[in-house]
Order: sequence, then structure tokens, then C-alpha cells
Amino acid sequence: MDLKEKLLSSFLVFENQLEDDAYMNDVRNDAITAFEEKGFPTKKEEAWKYTSLNSVLKEDYSIFPKQENAIEFNDIKKYFIHDIDSYKIVFIDGKYSSHLSQTTHDGMDICLMSAAMSKPKYRLHIENYFNKVATKDSLPSLNTAFSSEGAYIHIPKNKMVAKPIQILHFSTGNESAIMLQPRNLIVIDENSHVQIIERHQSLSNNAVLTNSVTEIFANKRAIVDYYKIQNDNLNASLIDNTFINQKRESVASVHTFAFGGKLVRNNLNFYQNGERIDSTLKGITIIGDKQHVDHNTLVHHIEPNCESHQDYKGIFGENSTGVFNGKIIVNKEAQKTNAFQANNNILVSDKATINTKPQLEIFADDVKCSHGCTIGQLDETAMFYMRTRGIPEKEAKALLMYAFSNNVLSSVKIPEIKQRITKIIANKLGVNMGFDL
Amino acid sequence: MLKIKNLHASIDDNGVLKSILKGINLEIKAGEVHAIMGPNGSGKSTLASVVAGKEEFEVTKGTVLFNDEDIEDLAAEERAHKGIFLSFQYPVEIPGVSVTNFMKTAINETRKAKGLEEMPAKEMLKLIREKSELLEIDRKFLSRSLNEGFSGGEKKRNEIFQMAMLEPKLAILDETDSGLDIDALRIVANGVNKLKSKDNAVLVITHYQRLLEYIVPDFVHVLLDGRIVKSGGKELAHELEEKGYDWIKEEVNA
Ligand SMILES: Nc1ncnc2c1ncn2[C@@H]1O[C@H](COP(=O)(O)OP(=O)(O)OP(=O)(O)O)[C@@H](O)[C@H]1O
Ligand SMILES: [Mg+2]
Repeated sequence: MDLKEKLLSSFLVFENQLEDDAYMNDVRNDAITAFEEKGFPTKKEEAWKYTSLNSVLKEDYSIFPKQENAIEFNDIKKYFIHDIDSYKIVFIDGKYSSHLSQTTHDGMDICLMSAAMSKPKYRLHIENYFNKVATKDSLPSLNTAFSSEGAYIHIPKNKMVAKPIQILHFSTGNESAIMLQPRNLIVIDENSHVQIIERHQSLSNNAVLTNSVTEIFANKRAIVDYYKIQNDNLNASLIDNTFINQKRESVASVHTFAFGGKLVRNNLNFYQNGERIDSTLKGITIIGDKQHVDHNTLVHHIEPNCESHQDYKGIFGENSTGVFNGKIIVNKEAQKTNAFQANNNILVSDKATINTKPQLEIFADDVKCSHGCTIGQLDETAMFYMRTRGIPEKEAKALLMYAFSNNVLSSVKIPEIKQRITKIIANKLGVNMGFDL
Repeated sequence: MLKIKNLHASIDDNGVLKSILKGINLEIKAGEVHAIMGPNGSGKSTLASVVAGKEEFEVTKGTVLFNDEDIEDLAAEERAHKGIFLSFQYPVEIPGVSVTNFMKTAINETRKAKGLEEMPAKEMLKLIREKSELLEIDRKFLSRSLNEGFSGGEKKRNEIFQMAMLEPKLAILDETDSGLDIDALRIVANGVNKLKSKDNAVLVITHYQRLLEYIVPDFVHVLLDGRIVKSGGKELAHELEEKGYDWIKEEVNA
């Protein structure tokens, strides 16, 4: 039985276990129908031209884990940014782990999707926001159909959330192969500020496929900083679908640190529904082996006087492949839009490839739009220069690559994240950087 | 210290092997200052790069000995660790790496290669302060990306700052004087002279006698079409500046 059929029949089982909830059941039923019609995307679709899911879909995934699994904090501590005080929402094989988590209902809700879905006091909120910005494409629909757990965050107006929120998804490998579909809903009300760190981590060599959906609503003047740390095992694949709906004067940024897994696809979508909105999308990709990372971004400028800044850097070694597909739509009404996009890549191996494509659809006439992509090798003259100063080849390479990606790190607001990412980069490049950053 | 014997070097120029150095002989002893002059394209920078270990050049004949060790198989960084320093004719811009971080890395990698511990941060700061004062470099400069947006003169001064930090045994200065105004020239020359001792040596590549007023050479060599065709004392530099190279070409052809 192929994965699609398995999912469709699992849905029937899943549906039977659900409580009577006409509203949610309708949403789920529509979603599974959409998935059934569309199926998994194939390379025939323009948006999936350079990313084939075939090698990922052929595994025999468990759709629901058979048992509840526990892990000790000490074994997974290293996957947290653990030197900061933070809220934590932790899932193990898709199930919430209360003993690893630290949530709150004190003046705001930093808790669970399952709770929000089932408790009456959240109902209105769910009806207002759930599945309202996610698209009806096949993978988000699949997630919607099975959605039952994830992070639920609601920050009411005028709140500075003092501690960052870490959302971590672990898979134990107790199943030979597992498919996970976390669903996050994040609503930041007027003039509030939140910082979120998200990570998916496999703890074994068994196959994992995560099809995640995150909906973020940045209401008027809200500030949202979101950091995705992707540095998983070679058996783990991730399809991340993130949708951000911004209201006027809100500021939202997503940094994606893509050190890969097996296959990673980041569908990152920003919708600017208001004036004077600022959106930032930045990424560093450093992969090797046969890893594949695909950044598929959309910024939809709907109203006037807004800005968007995209800056993605990629370093590709060995047989790795990268894709960057950045779409910017500027509606006719969205005059005085400033939209920037840059995608710079270095191929350090002649077997590595990158496909990069900007897609601009501009219907307004008074806009500033700039985009540029480059693909290059490491600068040999710079290498020689550094080596004549006593810096060995490997370290010189690392320093150049670090310098190349530095721009993206400079906008990270949490120093501990910067340090962690620098460490991961140094680790990837096999060097010990001889200086503090 | 440096013994170059019958050195021939070529480069792959779009598939064609182009011969650039055609039998160079040169010996530089500790405590000496040598100058190389010669017309554009004669091979001065190539010679400097080959000694510093640039792999694009293929040594087809001859040897380069540094303190009696054949360095042909040593990588550029290993030569640097042994004390060879090249001040580039065209210093390279490295965006994203500050001067300070670059120097820290260079010094600590060199120490590592020698089996030493990293230099304590305090000591490093002191060294940086001392050497930047010697070359009258503004402290703000040190946190800027290496060479990025530096003026021609600033780049050259920064090269000598790096030299002062690394304290090499043999410093090759490839047209360090070009781009320097008269004050900067004095500062740079003063920096070089402060570091001079009986244990190290300097090879100055230049087109002008100007710098040699400050860094006084013991020997001046003329490089022409890949060969050293004439050597003499510091007065040869005067003669070259006055008369150009034609008379030497005639002498060679005769
Ligand atoms: N990478 C290269 N590829 C092809 N030819 C080269 C390369 N590098 C140097 N050459 C050639 O070798 C010759 C010597 O060049 P080199 O830079 O050593 O001259 P130079 O004496 O330093 O000149 P200048 O006074 O202009 O600095 C020139 O003809 C130059 O074009
Ligand atoms: Mg030259």
C-alpha cells in the first residue's frame, strides 16, 4: 500500500476516535478530500520541479505511534538553547511531554493545540484563526486533516513575552519509521512581542517524515521573531509549511538555519494584510553528503507602504543539492512597496548543485524591487592571502564561509542562538573558530 | 636564509603553459635588505608568490631553500609558520572578517602549528594595541572587515601592521610603497625598520627609489623577463630611476 492510501485509510480510523465536534470534523473532512484529490506533489508541478519526494515517500511510516515514549532531559538537553530561561513545549513522537515542558496560562497562553481544540474557552479563537491562513495545497491539507497536537500560543495585547519560547519535536525511533504532523497556531495580539525557536530532532537512525504546519498571526504592531534550527540526522526529512498573516505595522522575521536532514523543504509564506508592515526572511544553508534543502518562499504584498527583506545564503558540499525559489507578488494596490531579495550560493564541490529562481509578479507601478542571485566558488585569491598569514586551508575555508553567512547572523537578536549557530557552522566545517563572535 | 637556485616557474594560461621565471638565482642572508626592481610584467610578483607558496605556479626547475630546507612541498601556511611573510601588491578584501579576528586567527594558528597554546586574550590585545600604534592605525579600523573599502594606502599600511603582528623572519614587500602618500610612506618604512634585526631579512619589490631612501638596501637586483640580469648596491636604484631599463636591456642583449 502506498503512503497516500495508507494515510487515507488511517484517516478513517482517526476520525472515529475523534470527539464529536462538527466544526473541526468539517475542516478535517474538507482537508482530507483536498489531499485525496491532489495527492503528494510531484516534479511535474512548477513549485516542486527540483524537489522529488519519491525517496522519502517510499518508507513504510507509522501514522500513529503505538506507544508513549519517554526520554530524559539530560539526553536531549543539547538540542535546546539551554543557557537561556525559556518556555518549552516539547513533543515526543508527536505526543506532548509534560515533564520536559514548561508552559503557562498566566496572562497569556503558551500551551497545547490539543487543549485549545478541545476546551470551550478557546473555541472562538480556534474558529477565528485555525486553518485561516494555511493554504489548501496538498501537504498543508494533509496536516490539517490529521491535526491534533502542536503548540498553541496566544499572546494578548501589549505584552512583551520576556522569555523565548522553544518548540521541540523529538522522534525516538521506537517505530521503524514514523510520520509526524505537528500543527502550531500562534496568535500575537496588538503591540505584543514574542520570540520563538523551533527544532525537529530525530534521536535514532530510523526514518522520520515530518509534515509540519505553523500558522502565525501577527496582529497590529505585533513583533514576532521566529528561529528555525534544522540540523537533523540523515534519516530525517522535514516539510515545513509556515504561513504568516501580518496586520498593519507588524514586524515579523523568520530565520531558517538549514543544516539539513535527508530532505528539507521550507514553504515559507508571508501575507501582508495592512500598511507599513515589515517582513524579514533570512536563511543560512550549509549541507553536504546527499542532503537536499529547498527554500520556497512567498511574500505577498497586498497593501501599500510595506517592506520585505529576503537574504538567503547557501554553501553546498559533496553531492548535496539546494533549491531557492523566491516569489514576490505585489498587488496593484500595494504602491510604495520595497521588496528585496538576495540568494547567494557557494558550491564547494563540483558534484553539488543549486537551482535558484526569483519569481516576481509586480502589478503596482510605484515600487522598489530588487533581487539578485549568485552562484560561485570560494575565492582562491582570498584563500591564498589567508594562508600566507599562517591560516591553514581548512580554517581559511571555514573563515571565508563563516564570513559569507555572517550577514544573516547579524540580525539574530538572541545572542545564545548566534553562538549556537556559529558552533554548528564551525562543526559542519570541521574547525574550531579561534575567536569569539 | 633564502637561497634560490636556477628557479623556473610557469603558469597554466588557459591550457598553455606559460613560462614566467626563467632561471632566478638569489641569496638573501639574515640581517640583509634586498631590493628587486624591474619593468611591469617582468615577474617580480610571481617570484614573491612562488616563494610564499602559491600553488597555481608550477616550479619546473630549480630549488628554493629557506634556512637550508627545501620548501617546495610546503603549503603556503607552513611557509608562513616558518617565518615567510608576503605583503601583497594587491591586498585581498575579506568581507565579514574583522582585522582583529583575522589577526587573532592567524596568530593562534601559527602558535598551534608550533605546538604552543593560544595567546591569552589580554596579551593579544596588548600586542594589537602596540603594533597599531607603531603604524598609527586608528583603533576603529581594526573592527572593520579586512581590507573592505580600505583606500589603497590603508591597505598597504594594514599589510605592514600584519607583518608587525606576525614578526616574520623574511618579509617580502611587493610594491608596498605604491598608493602611499609621503607621511604614510614614512610611517610604513619606520615600521619596517623598527622590526629589522640581524636575525631577519627584507626583500623589497619596488619601481621607485623613494622607499629605498627609508629602507636602505644592501643589494639591488634587476629582474628582466624572468631573470635577474644585474645586481649592485643601492646606487643602482638611483641609476634605474634616472635612466630606465633600456640600457640594461641593451647590456643584456650585447
Ligand atoms: N595567473 C596568471 N595567468 C597568466 N599569466 C600570468 C598570471 N600571473 C602572472 N602572469 C603573467 O606573468 C608575467 C609576470 O607577471 P608579474 O605579476 O609577476 O609581473 P610584475 O613584475 O610583478 O609586474 P608589475 O610591475 O606590473 O607588478 C606577466 O606577463 C603576467 O601577465
Ligand atoms: Mg607585481
